[in-house]
Formats: sequence, C-alpha cells, structure tokens
Amino acid sequence: MAEVTLRKVVKRYDDVEAVRGIDLDIPDHEFVVLVGPSGCGKSTTLRMIAGLEDISDGEIMIGGDVVNDVPPKDRDIAMVFQNYALYPHMTVAENMSFGLRLKHYPKAEIKQRVTEAARMLDITDLIDRKPKQLSGGQRQRVAMGRAIVRNPKVFLFDEPLSNLDAKLRVQMRIEIKKVHQKVRTTTVYVTHDQVEAMTLADRVVVMNHGRIEQIGPPNELYHRPATKFVAGFIGSPAMNFIPCRFEESGGLLQVRVGDTIALPIPPDRMERYRAIPRDTKLLLGLRPEHLVDAQSNTSATFQPFDATPDVIEPMGMETFVYFPLAGTQLCGRINPGIEARAGQPLRLAVDLNHMHLLNEATGHVL
Amino acid sequence: MVDAAQSMIQPVKARTTRSGLRKFFERKSTIAFFMALPLMLLIAIMVIYPAFYSLHLATLNKSMQRFVGFGNFTFLFKRETFWMVVQQSCFFAITAVIFKALIGFVVAHLVHNLPDKGQRKWRGMLLVPWVIPPAMSTLAWLWLFDPSYSAFNWILAQVGIGPIPWTGDASWARFSVILVNIWAGAPFFLIMYLAALKSVPEQLYEAAAIDGANWWQRIWYITLPMMRNIIAITTLFSLIVTFANFDIVRILTAGGPLDKTHLFATWAFRIGIEGNDIPLGASISLFMVPILAIAAIFILRDINKRGNEA
Repeated sequence: MAEVTLRKVVKRYDDVEAVRGIDLDIPDHEFVVLVGPSGCGKSTTLRMIAGLEDISDGEIMIGGDVVNDVPPKDRDIAMVFQNYALYPHMTVAENMSFGLRLKHYPKAEIKQRVTEAARMLDITDLIDRKPKQLSGGQRQRVAMGRAIVRNPKVFLFDEPLSNLDAKLRVQMRIEIKKVHQKVRTTTVYVTHDQVEAMTLADRVVVMNHGRIEQIGPPNELYHRPATKFVAGFIGSPAMNFIPCRFEESGGLLQVRVGDTIALPIPPDRMERYRAIPRDTKLLLGLRPEHLVDAQSNTSATFQPFDATPDVIEPMGMETFVYFPLAGTQLCGRINPGIEARAGQPLRLAVDLNHMHLLNEATGHVL
Repeated sequence: MVDAAQSMIQPVKARTTRSGLRKFFERKSTIAFFMALPLMLLIAIMVIYPAFYSLHLATLNKSMQRFVGFGNFTFLFKRETFWMVVQQSCFFAITAVIFKALIGFVVAHLVHNLPDKGQRKWRGMLLVPWVIPPAMSTLAWLWLFDPSYSAFNWILAQVGIGPIPWTGDASWARFSVILVNIWAGAPFFLIMYLAALKSVPEQLYEAAAIDGANWWQRIWYITLPMMRNIIAITTLFSLIVTFANFDIVRILTAGGPLDKTHLFATWAFRIGIEGNDIPLGASISLFMVPILAIAAIFILRDINKRGNEA
C-alpha cells in the first residue's frame, strides 16, 4: 500500500489539453473518487496513474517514487475496467490468478489467495466457469477479485458500475465499500455518477474541463461548494440558481429576487456578504430541500413566499414541486402529506441558513 | 342436392390450399432456400458432377473403354514417382503454410501497430502479391530466376556468389516454388490475422499490461488464444489451396527437373492431359481428397471444441 501524488500533471493530445495541471495528494488507505462530466479528464488522469497513457508534463508518484517512465506492469497497481476486461479464454480462477502466475508465485499461495478473494466476493461456486457464463454483476466481482489477489499498492477503478443495471449498481457499490473497509488499499475511483462519488469516497475530487474544481469530503462538497459547477453537480435534484441582487434597507442586507420577494440575510452571514460590491450580478443558490412548504416549516429562519407549481413529482418519502420564479424554473421539496396540485398556488418557504450566494460572472461561491 | 353441395365445398378447399401454398412461399426459410438455390445449382454442376465423374473416370483403362476397378490405383502404388509426388506435395504444402502463417502473423502485427493514417496504404500495398493472378506474377518470377539473365544471380554475382541454378537443380527448384508460393499466399494470412487482431479488445491488453505481462506474454496469453479459431481456419484453408496448387509450379518448373517439383495437380495434368491417360490422371488427383480430409477433421475438431468461448 502506498500514497499517490500528482504534481502539475498535464495531458496533451496534439492540440487539445485534456488534463491541465492537476495537483493531488492521496494518502495511504484513502478512497478517492474522481467525478465529473464526460470529457472532464478524469479517466485520462486515472489512465496516467495506471501508466496506460503517457504524461505530457508534471510528475506522478506512487509510494514516493516517480513513476512517469515506469511501465504499468512495474507500478504494482491493479485496475478494474468499465467493461471488466476479463480474459474470455480463461476460467474465473485463471483470470484472477493471471498476474500471480506471471510473477511465478508458488502454486499453493496462488490457490490460497484466489480462494480467499473468491470467498470475500462470494464467487467461490463460479471459480471454474468462463466469463461468458457469468452475469454482469458476477463478471464485475471477478474483475475485482483479479485486483484483490494481486495485493497491489493501489486500486484503480474506471467507471466499474456503469454497465450494470440500477439495482445491481447499488448492490455492487456497497460491495466495493465493504471490500475497501477490509483491505484498506489506497483506491482511486473514477465515475460520472455523483451518487457513487458521495457514497464511496473518503474524499471527492470534482473535475471539469481538465481542471480540479474542488477537493473535499462528500459532506463538505455538498454543504460548502466552492464553485457554481460543484454546487450544481453534487446533489440530486440539482441546486437551484436564481438571479438576484443585493439591497440595503435600514442597515440590514436583503437579497431581492424578482420584484416581489426580498429575503433578509441571516445575521451570521452579514459580515461575509457586506464587502460584496452592490452592483455585482449575483445568483442565489438553494438546494431543493431548502425550498420547502411553509405549512410544516414555521420557525423564524424560514422566509415564506407564494408560488404556483407546474409539475408535481411524488416520490413517496418526499414530493418535488417545480415552479417558475424570476425567469427560472426551480425545484422544491415538500412534505408528502401536503396536498399540492399543478397550477394551484402553494405557500413555500426558503431556509436562508443554507443559502449560497454566487458571483454570476466568475461562478465562485461568495 | 348432393352435387350442389359438393360444388359448393370444392372452391373452399381450393382456396385453403392456395393460401397454404402462399404461406409456404412467404415463409422465411422458403425464401432463403430459393435465394441460395442458384449457388447450390452452380455447386452441383461445377463441383459435385465433376467429382463423381472423375471417380467414374478413375475406374477406366487408358482408352476409357474398359472398367478396371482399382487397377489404376494399384498401378500408381507401384510407381516410385507417385510416392515422390506424395512426399513433395506434403513438404511443399506444410513448409509453405508454416512460413506464410509466420510471415503473415509478424507483418500483421507490424501493420496493426502502424499509426492509423498510413495503415490503409500499407495494407493495400501488402495485398498486391495476393491480388495479382499467380499466372502473371509467376512469369515475373520466372524472369527473376532465369539462369543467364536472372536479376537475383546478377546481384549475387556482384558480391561474388553464384550463379545459382534457381530452377535447374532439384533442391533449388523446390526452394523457388515454395518461395513464390509464400510470396503470393502470405498476404492472405496477413489480412485474416489483421482482422483478428483488430477484433481483440484493447482493454484486454491493458489489463494484461497491468497484470504484469510483457509484450511476449501478451502475445502468448492474449493474442494467440483470442486468434486461435482464425488461425485454425486460415491454416486449413491455405493448406487445401497450397496442396492443390497448380499454376506456380506449372509455370516456374513444369514439375522439373526430373519430376522433382511435381505436386498432385501438376503431375495429374502431366499424366492425364499431356500424357493422354485421363483415367490415371483422375486417379492421381483423387488422392488429394483423403489426405486433405484428415487435415480438415483435425483442425475443425479443434474449432468445435473452442467455438463456445468468446
């Protein structure tokens, strides 16, 4: 096991820069998830760590050694691919033991390691089958088994759950987390699914356009996003962004949304926001769970307002309402017990303690 | 009354058989059969009929007047030239196929690893020997091998070697016909192997690289097993075509010197057509069937065994 360090890592293809100078420190045992939309450079970064892509500039270190020019086979890493990449002509046991056999491990040890990994992943009965005879989930387990038996310094996962159906994905997600809790190997995991990122990671790295937008534990990214991109990417349904402006009335700061709604800034945020120039174009960021029904949220921190929802989405444990406000479509989350109908006015409330204020031009959270 | 009733029933019956016939013609398997029919007729006329006709010919005497049973075959078994042709054909086919397969495999790898831009050009150029009719290209080789004006001998003379009797000496003549056959046949292996190589998922190589395999181990453990079926089928196909080769030997050496380069086909032609003994020629060519059948059984059995993997 080892720590992984990236220093100003750049990847250029001809005239396109896919990764633009990434710095990342991954301590030993940590589970790091690289997340971002497709084309953000997350997979390229992972493949550079694996040694499957050359590094155009910068340095990658595994266990303190620079590995820029070390071929993949000498990096002591294991990788799980999106389409599993199992060897179709080998049985499950042969697939899992391939790396050990190449390194001429004693037969008894190979057998013991394969048996142990198979037991951990619950694939003992499948050990003599060929990949063709396995389901998607079973193949995924074998691919993980192949990584585990090697006992490498680092695990790399490249969108391992994308080919599975929704139910199996949740199941395998838990499985991966369990495995990491047992073996504690440093793990870099790439996904475009923010739910996977939130649930699996010790720390999440949000990437966009080849750059790192923000690094932090899942809850920190959720509650204190640094940029509009992170705020919008993490969380489902996504955060609402409402154009607004600052007003001062009687020494108190207000956020004015549209012509009718003025929301007083909570006192503890007053100092932070006071320095913002008054003519700055702002966005008010509010997660759906902070746009709630006024009926069951009556405390002083909630500011009520009226809206007319045009779509209602009952989810069982919660109900989402979609309504227009100040020229944008917003999503709120109300108590499922409340009677709401599309086209009929509804009294909603804003929880300003969880508001975010963003600079519209720079996209930074203020 | 009864007549009237029957005349009413009959048209109904006719209608049902007509719609039944229509259904039969609209069935997918029927349509498929009729679409394949021209080819089946062609094969029947061009392959099955001549095959049985040559079986019939092989049982006649030289003037084709009298039935001699296995007489032609027992006569052949007693001739030394026959056994020499058997040996030569096997040696020719096996050596040529091995080298064609090896060269095809190596060149396919080289082409596969070329950058995509230039690859088509190289692929096209490397296919040329296979595309040119062998009768034509072998003529060019004949000039290259010419004892007095040979380009090869001229080059060798520059470094003080030779002259080599390319088609005049038995060993050199065998070498020459095999060389030309390899030259003309290797591109077929190249293109089949290249297609097989391209169908191996890149991620298998990446997984193997991460698992610790070097380039040789990647070929041994990934490429070869994944190409196994293509290699088997290509080898079988090439073995049949090479074993039955006619044009290259016919043009380059005409079987000489002293019958030392004859294959079944050229010797059958020499005896049957040129020697005016068609029944004996037919018996010679029929000997190819059992030999090739054994090879086909071995190779196809292996494919059946591994067919249900990938």
